[in-house]
Amino acid sequence: MEILVCVKRVPDTAENEFTINADGSDIDRDDLVYSVNEWDNYAVEEAIQIVDRVGGKVTVVAVGDEDSEEVLRREMAMGANDGLLLADPAFADSDGRGIATILKGAVEKGTYDLILTGAQSDSGAGQVGGMLAAMLDIPYASLVDSIEVVDDQSLKIGREIEGGNREMNSIQLPCLLSIQTGINEPRYVGIRGIRKVASVEIPVLGSAELGIGGAAVGSAGARVKRLDYFVPVLGAGAEMLEGSTEEIVDKLIELLKAKGGLK
Amino acid sequence: MARIFAYITHKGGVADDTALELAAAAAQIADGTAVTAVVTGSGAELEAVCAAVAAAYPEVWKVESPALAYPNAEVVRKALVQLLPAGSVLLLPHDTFGMDLGPGLAIKMDAAFVADVVAVAAVEGTTLKLIRQEFSGQLSTHVSCDIAAGAVLNIRPGVCKPMADGAAAGQIVDKSGELGDLSAGRQFLEVVAAEVGDVDITKSDVLLSVGRGIEDEENIEMAVELAEAMGADLACSRPIVDAKWLEKSRQVGTSGLTVKPKVYLAMGISGSFQHLGGVKGSPFMVAVNKNPKAPIFQFADVGIVADILELMPELTKKIKSA
Ligand SMILES: Cc1cc2nc3c(=O)[nH]c(=O)nc-3n(C[C@H](O)[C@H](O)[C@H](O)COP(=O)(O)OP(=O)(O)OC[C@H]3O[C@@H](n4cnc5c(N)ncnc54)[C@H](O)[C@@H]3O)c2cc1C
Ligand SMILES: Nc1ncnc2c1ncn2[C@@H]1O[C@H](COP(=O)(O)O)[C@@H](O)[C@H]1O
Repeated sequence: MEILVCVKRVPDTAENEFTINADGSDIDRDDLVYSVNEWDNYAVEEAIQIVDRVGGKVTVVAVGDEDSEEVLRREMAMGANDGLLLADPAFADSDGRGIATILKGAVEKGTYDLILTGAQSDSGAGQVGGMLAAMLDIPYASLVDSIEVVDDQSLKIGREIEGGNREMNSIQLPCLLSIQTGINEPRYVGIRGIRKVASVEIPVLGSAELGIGGAAVGSAGARVKRLDYFVPVLGAGAEMLEGSTEEIVDKLIELLKAKGGLK
Repeated sequence: MARIFAYITHKGGVADDTALELAAAAAQIADGTAVTAVVTGSGAELEAVCAAVAAAYPEVWKVESPALAYPNAEVVRKALVQLLPAGSVLLLPHDTFGMDLGPGLAIKMDAAFVADVVAVAAVEGTTLKLIRQEFSGQLSTHVSCDIAAGAVLNIRPGVCKPMADGAAAGQIVDKSGELGDLSAGRQFLEVVAAEVGDVDITKSDVLLSVGRGIEDEENIEMAVELAEAMGADLACSRPIVDAKWLEKSRQVGTSGLTVKPKVYLAMGISGSFQHLGGVKGSPFMVAVNKNPKAPIFQFADVGIVADILELMPELTKKIKSA
């Protein structure tokens, strides 16, 4: 099975405290820790496991600048066979539709039986996969948490729905699935693995190679635009307990007792 | 102004809570124009939902087909593309169904798409100003959305104050006759119910809930000891289940269980809406997090900026010695 996995380089939400720049137009990006989008890591692991079972090849693709190469290499160190970087100044500030349009250009340069994305990225949108599937006119399912290859025509998949329940579907190949965390346990990548793929060439394709016109992507093509960042004020805010650890612990025990939190 | 529609999700003949929330969000955008509810399904359940929804929407489109008996997003998408006029604005709930349907539908309608909208900030002609969140709720953003050619907007469940029921005596319009071919490359097979665990956290009065801040599988023991000392049950956020450190039956959240404790102690949990969406009944919430900007501090009653790996053993010791 020929599998394409879309991966994105994102600021690691667990590792960073985000601060906003002076005019609110962006976050301060200088000292951020970046990594591969958590969901995409599960998608790559799943692709590798499928190929281990039924044969084939895994290609990872990213839309981004040259920094995204490190993310592609990391996923190749996991076991993806090929990497593909889609980079062009004209791609900057694309909205979800723009990113999907760029990815479509890359998909059409190959022949893939299965395309995987993560369920969502740092944008919290979960949009690129469904858009790309619709553009390619292939079946789509989101939040997939199990994949069973039935034959070369179809898959049996599980989708996560509310309340811990799961929805089972049969889906025709070729198709696109967005992968939910927990579907597998992504393998560990060591320094040695990264070193092994350090000199593998990763082709870079731009708008000319992909045949994508200027108006469809980038800022000009975006119908949805981020205007600013701001710190949300969502609730009344907590009463913060301060002092030494001992003082905090005593106060907390007192509060828990009063609210019935200690038996 | 384009026509505005809200898609009604329902189960067992009962409309979802989002039906009235979408009515409220749509009213903000509609600026006086009537909003139409779209209900797809089959049989008596569909009839019941249409009748109920007519109390909040001036017009209800009933869309009936055996193929729509279960809401398979690929089939619903086909139906909506056939029925909705060009340039329509459609509101969906940003739940597992809306996430499945929205992005692809927007492409097929050649409409703009905005996911997980938490508020409508302004309507300026054919430009909407909407509020969303990024980085797992750590920052908010305003986004502009050009709806001149139509739009699909996924609205986060629970953020809009529901429209008062009974505000309308809506007319039900049967649109089923306008449906064409609904065949799709994805077939629904069955729903597999969640596994039942050894403890039922939905019945617990006191929950000690741990998140990714627990850092390592071996630290789970620390939480077990604290829960025991407190007489609490142990719960967790999703990453702990993904890592298989605790069973799925202990996961709180939209894709886990909905809990209604009196006291909820969140240890090393950032406070994403999918997690907090599973905490109901306004418990007394204590959050411990090493990041003073963690969103959970906005929702908690009491907050402590601390390393849980240091605080938990101290707390256990003190409770035991008391
Ligand atoms: C469709 C869908 C459904 C989902 N359903 C659920 C669900 O049901 N339940 C759920 O929980 N999530 C769910 N999620 C995931 C959700 O979006 C978040 O990713 C998740 O809730 C984050 O869990 P967390 O807070 O434990 O981890 P993180 O967001 O990584 O937060 C960890 C926190 O711990 C703090 N921390 C780190 N180390 C320490 C320390 N030593 N001491 C103190 N604090 C520390 C950090 O500052 C951070 O705030 C779902 C996601 C999707 C897309
Ligand atoms: N710039 C990108 N390059 C490659 N894949 C992407 C990019 N942006 C989003 N994706 C894919 O789309 C998924 C959903 O992202 P989003 O729609 O941004 O929430 C991600 O998990 C990726 O698989």
